[in-house]
Amino acid sequence: MSAVVLAEAGGVVTELAAAISDKRAWLSEIDGAIGDGDHGINMAKGFMQASSALGPATEGLAASFTLLGDTLLGGIGGSMGPLYGTFFLEMANALSGAATLDVAGCGRMLHAGLAGVAELGGAKPGDKTMLDALVPAVAAFDAARAAGADFAACLDAMAAAAERGRDATREMVAKVGRAARLGERSRGVLDAGAASCCLILQTLAAALKRRMT
Amino acid sequence: MNRIINDPDSVVEDAVRGWLRAHADMVAPTDNPRVIRRRRAPEPGRVGIVTGGGSGHEPAFLGYVGDGMVDAVAIGEIFSSPTARSFHDAFAAADGGRGVACLYGNYAGDNMNVKMAVRQASQHGLEVRTVVANDDVPSAPADDRARRRGVAGEILMWKAGGARAAEGAALEQVIAAAQKAIDQTRSIGIGLAPCTIPAVGKPNFTIADGMMEVGIGHHGEPGIAVEPVRPARAMADLMLDTVLPDLPFGRGDDLAVLISGLGATPIMELYILYDRIAEGLEARGMAIRHIFIGNYFTSLDMMGVTLTLLRLDGELDRLMAAPARSVGLTRIAP
Repeated sequence: MSAVVLAEAGGVVTELAAAISDKRAWLSEIDGAIGDGDHGINMAKGFMQASSALGPATEGLAASFTLLGDTLLGGIGGSMGPLYGTFFLEMANALSGAATLDVAGCGRMLHAGLAGVAELGGAKPGDKTMLDALVPAVAAFDAARAAGADFAACLDAMAAAAERGRDATREMVAKVGRAARLGERSRGVLDAGAASCCLILQTLAAALKRRMT
Repeated sequence: MNRIINDPDSVVEDAVRGWLRAHADMVAPTDNPRVIRRRRAPEPGRVGIVTGGGSGHEPAFLGYVGDGMVDAVAIGEIFSSPTARSFHDAFAAADGGRGVACLYGNYAGDNMNVKMAVRQASQHGLEVRTVVANDDVPSAPADDRARRRGVAGEILMWKAGGARAAEGAALEQVIAAAQKAIDQTRSIGIGLAPCTIPAVGKPNFTIADGMMEVGIGHHGEPGIAVEPVRPARAMADLMLDTVLPDLPFGRGDDLAVLISGLGATPIMELYILYDRIAEGLEARGMAIRHIFIGNYFTSLDMMGVTLTLLRLDGELDRLMAAPARSVGLTRIAP
């Protein structure tokens, strides 16, 4: 059965930071349509801070997620700092004590991250937030697993569902957060939080798959 | 964009540095560059008062750090909540051993960061209780007050809480006074021209020339109506007609009135508005006991104005009159 050796997986965070940094301009552009236009800048700032603090990634995945979560909480304010900070810290907590990550452990990790974000933010699916990528992604992971798919296929299902979830935010009207100010005017553009969440989940899926033994 | 800045990405740092230089008699830095404390804080045996919010609203939030007001403030990026760590560090900077009252405005980011900071503080035994300002009438219907945003009414909440803390009251009494102050407060804004975040470089929304946005929020949140600009008299009447029925305010009420420019409106025009506001309140049998007019809570270079009314009882009257000394608000004992 395939699994990821956690002690050797700290580089996942470096890959997440690179992915966010690459898409910085795109994320800001999406945010600019219905927000302040600083989502990419702030996200890249926080992820790159964590990435450089991590250095050549000799830490394990739990310690790296903790470092990332702490950096986002301490370095980025607004809503995204606490939401993504909580996401990674809760995932790190779910990993504690484990040496490897298998499909069951990954499911627990994703649910812990999701629960933390949902509890803190108080948004519901359909409110045009990062949850609209995250909730269907975790559900797709669960469904694939229940259908007997292997770890890699479960991650593929998660990444594909995150993308569909992100794209579905285009037709939603924002109910919470900054874009909610715009009401109907928020329809027709993607949610920046759902876009960054989808990017994170896709990168996470690819990074874990590459490390499977 | 013609602005007095060095680098659009460092406006908050640069402004805070100047602020600390200018007001070293009242405020002091902390180990966290995004937290400023009252020079005499923390005071042992007193409840600490903390607030925080995004930058760009000066003199809010840091300008209300001072004697009889706020003990420590968490400072965010422009229009963006401070971090949970900054709120937490502000709690520590204000902690005089009798707990901390965190009095802030109802915005998604602030709610989350405060929630996390309060949780963290409680883990090492510091009791923090919160009051969330929601005085902005047009931001949600009356039956959905929990969704309303906090605007300039926050200043009167800080004044009430800060004065009660200075009297030596316990945490629950400070919280009760601040909660009562905001519960008795209603606000409305009118926007005449948008504002520009320096790092973005262009206005974040538009208001057509000759039009005004009634009920605009402190970051340009859409209001309840876009209408042709009317004389100040008609604007004042419109503001009163929206705010008065909401509490409702009525004959015989004693009031505090706060009129704030949004950044680019001449102070002179605030007095033109006030003239009609006072006339309207007096005609309805209400008495104005405390008046604050000026740029108390701004939105960068937005043009426009906010009106805030607070219905007083004996306690709130006393707390509004209590001495205070801060950059944004000073009261001298009569």
